[in-house]
Amino acid sequence: MLSRTAENLFWLARYMERAETMARLLEVGYRMGLMPSAGTGYRNEWASLVSAAGSARGFGAKFGEEFHQRDVETWLFFDRENPSSVISCIETARQNGRAVRTALTTEMWDALNGAYLDLREIERRPRSEALLPELCEWTKRQGALFRGATEGTHLQNDGYDFLNLGWYLERGDNTARLLDVKYYVLLPTTDMVGGSIDTYQWTTLLRALSAYRAFHWAYGGEYSPRKIAHFLILNPACPRSLLHCLDTVEYHLDRLAKAYGSRTAAHDRAEAALGELTAAKVEDVIGEGLHEFLTRFVNQNAALGQDVADGYLFGIQ
Amino acid sequence: MYDGKRVRPAYAKLLDWVESTSPEALSQKQRQAEALFRRIGITFAVYGEGGDTERLIPFDMMPRVFTEYEWRRLERGVKQRARALNAFLYDVYHRAEITRAGIIPADLVFRNEAYEPAVVGIDPPAGVYSHIVGIDLVRTGPEEFFVLEDNCRTPSGVSYMLENREIMMRMFPDLFRATRIAPVDDYPDRLRRTLASVAPASCEGQPVSVLLSPGAFNSAYYEHSFLADQMGIELVEGQDLFVQGDFVYMRTTEGPKRVHVIYRRLDDSFLDPLCFRPESMLGVPGLMNVYRSGGVAIASAPGAGVADDKAVYIYVPEMIRFYLGEEPILKNVQTWKCADPSDRKFVLENLADLVVKEVHGSGGYGMLVGPKSTKEQVAAYAERIKGDPAAFIAQPTLALSTCPTFVDEGLAPRHVDLRPFCLVGREVHLCPGGLTRVALKEGSLVVNSSQGGGVKDTWVLAD
Repeated sequence: MLSRTAENLFWLARYMERAETMARLLEVGYRMGLMPSAGTGYRNEWASLVSAAGSARGFGAKFGEEFHQRDVETWLFFDRENPSSVISCIETARQNGRAVRTALTTEMWDALNGAYLDLREIERRPRSEALLPELCEWTKRQGALFRGATEGTHLQNDGYDFLNLGWYLERGDNTARLLDVKYYVLLPTTDMVGGSIDTYQWTTLLRALSAYRAFHWAYGGEYSPRKIAHFLILNPACPRSLLHCLDTVEYHLDRLAKAYGSRTAAHDRAEAALGELTAAKVEDVIGEGLHEFLTRFVNQNAALGQDVADGYLFGIQ
Repeated sequence: MYDGKRVRPAYAKLLDWVESTSPEALSQKQRQAEALFRRIGITFAVYGEGGDTERLIPFDMMPRVFTEYEWRRLERGVKQRARALNAFLYDVYHRAEITRAGIIPADLVFRNEAYEPAVVGIDPPAGVYSHIVGIDLVRTGPEEFFVLEDNCRTPSGVSYMLENREIMMRMFPDLFRATRIAPVDDYPDRLRRTLASVAPASCEGQPVSVLLSPGAFNSAYYEHSFLADQMGIELVEGQDLFVQGDFVYMRTTEGPKRVHVIYRRLDDSFLDPLCFRPESMLGVPGLMNVYRSGGVAIASAPGAGVADDKAVYIYVPEMIRFYLGEEPILKNVQTWKCADPSDRKFVLENLADLVVKEVHGSGGYGMLVGPKSTKEQVAAYAERIKGDPAAFIAQPTLALSTCPTFVDEGLAPRHVDLRPFCLVGREVHLCPGGLTRVALKEGSLVVNSSQGGGVKDTWVLAD
């Protein structure tokens, strides 16, 4: 297929996934804001959300030092100056989709264009009517609709692989960042570990990842950083775990190698990373330091994305 | 629709349907159709307007109907014209016998902006220059069709022809069951085969065709993507193609892949920055060299625009006689060239009764409809003509036929024109249907979508 088409599909999926992550982050903030003791004694959770979204600098430049809920909502959902806001993501995704309209099925385009049209409607409504939980639900639903349309109607060809590479590279990145917020940003003092706030934060994180019940089912209810780290990093059954994301990336790279009859640098990197993660024990992760481990993962993931671009998306070989 | 007081038989079934359906049900259907169009994403952009850059062309549910008998004559006329235009193009880039014979002034051809010296002497496969010819027609009487203009470069609108039909079939299956309407949905397949049939001789095996678009910001981008999709060929932009040695390649995830036929939907001047506009980012550097050496076919051929120039238009009936030895089946609208002193005098004296167009303009931009304009507008336009007479032609306002159209008050007559699409490869084919454009404003004669026109499905009924 055309390199440009592959590139657009890859980014289309990345942006749809990112929109969802922004909504999940906002959900975390909203739920934490509902906590009875919120705002006393430790850092404002809205501030940590913005930093987890990777856009603290842009936010600061526009809204200053204070992190008010309404500003953060604006920044992460409505603001076109923030390239990762839900609105920016969905518009960019649609722009990518429009540029490769022929590579999408009617159902996929419907889902994408439908999201875009809804969004314009949402923007027209007064902000007082745009309730955050509804916006978050809506965003997740758009992601689900588009993925469903893709699964149900797209040919299982190389285009499908590039879409999935986009999805799972982005998702791995996002899980790592969300986990890092909880672990590194939200709870700066160790004496709070195990307390009710701690538990509340863990459950919120799991809810935001739509993994609350799945976690209970797999681990039997008791929260510990170790169990949750295992679930979100090393459990191949968790659809958002780092291992699952990397495994899926490798699977689609493998399909491309078979279809095209040649491997790229991305294959070697993915294979090495997957080998390491598969062999890792949760003790290794904690031993390295969860924050350090997650940072390393995010960097490695970015390098993998670059390898995919070099190997396929620029059409130079 | 009416023949005197009688309903024309072709419309009888439609009228039954309208009369047996409540106004509420009809307006509900209209809303459904609009929702379908918007969902599918059939929009077009209007240049020079802020705000919503993606607009819907208003769709009218009432189809325009031709009988097979009417259509057959029209078909012969359109094909005749398409053949003559291609013969003309071949001639003016070779021996130019038509100018030597004094039938068309040489200046009009060789000093024309659309004339492309870079392609003189090149033999495109099958001698075809214009592979898709869109002829804009109006009807003034039962047997009387006039050609408004020819489109030999990149006529657009065929996606509306196909989607209008698709939506009509979805919404009114009963009408289609009750009537025998010639299908149009094989058009993309015929276009694909037409393109393949003009692949260069150096092509071995299956030719690879692509559709070259300026990109997603072009007003006709929807059509580009729609056609590429329907034909199963790649939709490329300039950046996707590159020249290496004697051939053109596209960048793919599996490396370079040779391209044999380029169906281009951008203007000549953007094709190759080395040959035309050096600052253009849309084209493919070196493309014209490959074209000249026969490494790639381009449809329509660069330079094809000289045949659809509004000043050349005047001579098309002569072309038909000259190249084909036949009498033209379709008439030209009488046209005055403002470049000609006596014509100019007549035009300026009768400006309020005429339609004046820019010779190189298209899309209804920059034209004057005398009877619909104020004195001030007419006077201002007269000054423009005096400033650059050769840039304008004038035509009488015709008593255009009307077609019943849904408006707020119900069904009412509105003026229509027709653009059928003719494919020219190793064979010539006319799709039985076309794009009917309708002027939605009462009394208006301007049907261009950029000027508030709408579209209708066009039916050719089997006898």
